[in-house]
Amino acid sequence: MFEALSGKLSGVFDGLAKRGALSEADVAEAMREVRLAMLDADVALSVVKDFVNKVRERAVGHEVLDSISPGQAVAKIVNDALIDALGGAGAVPLNLNAVPPVPILMVGLQGSGKTTTSGKIALRLATRERKKVLLASLDTQRPAAQLQLQQLAERAGVPSLPIVPGQTPVEIARRAMDTGRREGFDVVILDTAGRLSIDEALMNEVREIRAETSPAETLLVVDAMTGQDAVNTARAFNEAVGVTGVVMTRMDGDARGGAALSMRAVTGAPIKLTGSGEKLDALEEFHPERVAGRILGL
Amino acid sequence: FTRRKLDDAALEELEDLLIAADLGPNVAARVIESFRSSRFGTEVTDEEIRTALATEIARVLEPVAVPFVPDPNLKPHVALVVGVNGNGKTTTIGKMARFYGEQGLKVMMVAGDTFRAAAVEQLQVWGQRVGAPVIAGPPNADAAGLAFDALKRARAEGADLLLIDTAGRLHNKGALMEELAKIIRVMRKFDETAPHSVLLVLDATTGQNAIEQVRVFKELVNVTGLIVTKLDGSARGGIVVALADTFGLPVHAVGVGEQAEDLRPFSAEAFANGLVGPSIRLSSPEGGEKTEGEGDPA
Ligand SMILES: Nc1nc2c(ncn2[C@@H]2O[C@H](COP(=O)(O)OP(=O)(O)OP(=O)(O)O)[C@@H](O)[C@H]2O)c(=O)[nH]1
Ligand SMILES: Nc1nc2c(ncn2[C@@H]2O[C@H](COP(=O)(O)OP(=O)(O)OP(=O)(O)O)[C@@H](O)[C@H]2O)c(=O)[nH]1
Ligand SMILES: [K+]
Ligand SMILES: [Mg+2]
Ligand SMILES: [Mg+2]
Repeated sequence: MFEALSGKLSGVFDGLAKRGALSEADVAEAMREVRLAMLDADVALSVVKDFVNKVRERAVGHEVLDSISPGQAVAKIVNDALIDALGGAGAVPLNLNAVPPVPILMVGLQGSGKTTTSGKIALRLATRERKKVLLASLDTQRPAAQLQLQQLAERAGVPSLPIVPGQTPVEIARRAMDTGRREGFDVVILDTAGRLSIDEALMNEVREIRAETSPAETLLVVDAMTGQDAVNTARAFNEAVGVTGVVMTRMDGDARGGAALSMRAVTGAPIKLTGSGEKLDALEEFHPERVAGRILGL
Repeated sequence: FTRRKLDDAALEELEDLLIAADLGPNVAARVIESFRSSRFGTEVTDEEIRTALATEIARVLEPVAVPFVPDPNLKPHVALVVGVNGNGKTTTIGKMARFYGEQGLKVMMVAGDTFRAAAVEQLQVWGQRVGAPVIAGPPNADAAGLAFDALKRARAEGADLLLIDTAGRLHNKGALMEELAKIIRVMRKFDETAPHSVLLVLDATTGQNAIEQVRVFKELVNVTGLIVTKLDGSARGGIVVALADTFGLPVHAVGVGEQAEDLRPFSAEAFANGLVGPSIRLSSPEGGEKTEGEGDPA
């Protein structure tokens, strides 16, 4: 399983004693390779540095036994640490422990996949958990955004909040929650317009929406292809609205997805779901061990 | 103001700044190497470093800063707009229709994304906004057939520029990439020189995966130029430097917002300045805060 990385790292350890404790110099050399692999996978530089420092501490002095090579030993330490940093082995389910209708707020940069993911979550909750779900688009910015969610709702067989032109996002949020209460919905998914983390006006707007609705989940939707900017996005959204979970979309691409680690490191929030396609059933639980392998290029 | 020796530590800090701007570890190392050979050991201010580094980067970008100029002899010049999901294709087409329309060209758009929810309606809103006709087919229509009919109509109506929107697709999906190739094949039955441009749209927040995107799209549909969107955010788009270095494809324009007027020609100098940005600041040797130089543009 660790062949690619341990192969690389074994090269580093060529010519070293095949047993005994790992020295600081051996480990430093190996960590250079790990750093490069993680940067190539788009893990943010500050996150790479923290990670490498922690792993270095764990690895120095580690006893290498006859049965495995030093390269394999370090690869295992790195891989385990990465799975840990990504949230350990278990998937964290959506938190729906609140008085119904339970609001779920979807936030993120433009084009990250919020609207599609809203449709996917609605379909999943409606079919697997037999929840009565209402989809509401608060996106008054993007052309035909509300229509997009309405069409996705039809595909998912889930009701959507009727479109009333001219309402502000906060007014729509209020109407969505009122409708949810009046009509006995279990869950109301609030899809918002994409916004830049440095757009003060729009970040304030999403703060207001959150204050108005007190969501049980505030999900930050992030593209798996995201580069170093992931840390800025994570920090800004977390400070503004308190991210409770992350959704990584476009995992069906071939990006190595280092943004997952950056998101997790900055927000502390678990990665709850991943998107693996454009269709509404392409939503999966997050598996830290798979993503760890992908980041390390295994 | 403070001067500081450009030594190994200072160069490493600069390299980190470039990595954090998404140049990728290899390209960042190379830029710093050529920087080292000319400046190593000299006493510099932050301002001088900023200028020198921006110049170094602009040198890489200069050859690819090529504006998109529709050929006046073609009626119409056909531009097929492609790229992965959500990166700004449809919005960019709307912006281009406005830009070239204001130059007096007769522009027509084709709603070639017959797949995504409300993609046709999204482009139709853009058509109303910028006053350009949108050619659309019935829902789930065959995109290649639509492009063929649209080209015929644009020719008959004497259009100067035909902008064809396509559904977002990940480059690693063979069947979807084959669909794009089919659009081209079918259009060539009408005009064997079409499309005259294949524009690949890239999102500036994308990390190292952009290289693979360009490689595959270029190979399969012969991309002629790039447009980089979302540069109004906190992402610095350093991947463009790596792309210029690797492929040398023209970069025609950048997107700097969600409105119709938010399209700019690509300028190597402006891009390089934005990339090294006001955040380029070497920490002082003592590690404390230091005063900014006079006339600092930050
Ligand atoms: N391949 C793939 N495409 C996805 C996935 N999730 C979303 N998409 C596509 O990404 C594009 C953008 O998705 P949207 O849901 O419109 O994104 P958004 O965040 O709502 O966009 P804005 O509202 O404009 O900010 C669409 O083409 C979706 O079909 C995924 O997991 N995989
Ligand atoms: N801030 C900013 N947002 C942009 C820019 N260009 C596009 N967007 C936004 O990005 C989101 C996606 O844009 P679209 O034009 O729908 O992207 P697309 O590539 O057509 O998406 P699909 O057709 O779903 O693949 C929308 O919310 C746009 O408003 C830009 O330059 N800056
Ligand atoms: K940006
Ligand atoms: Mg949306
Ligand atoms: Mg589109």
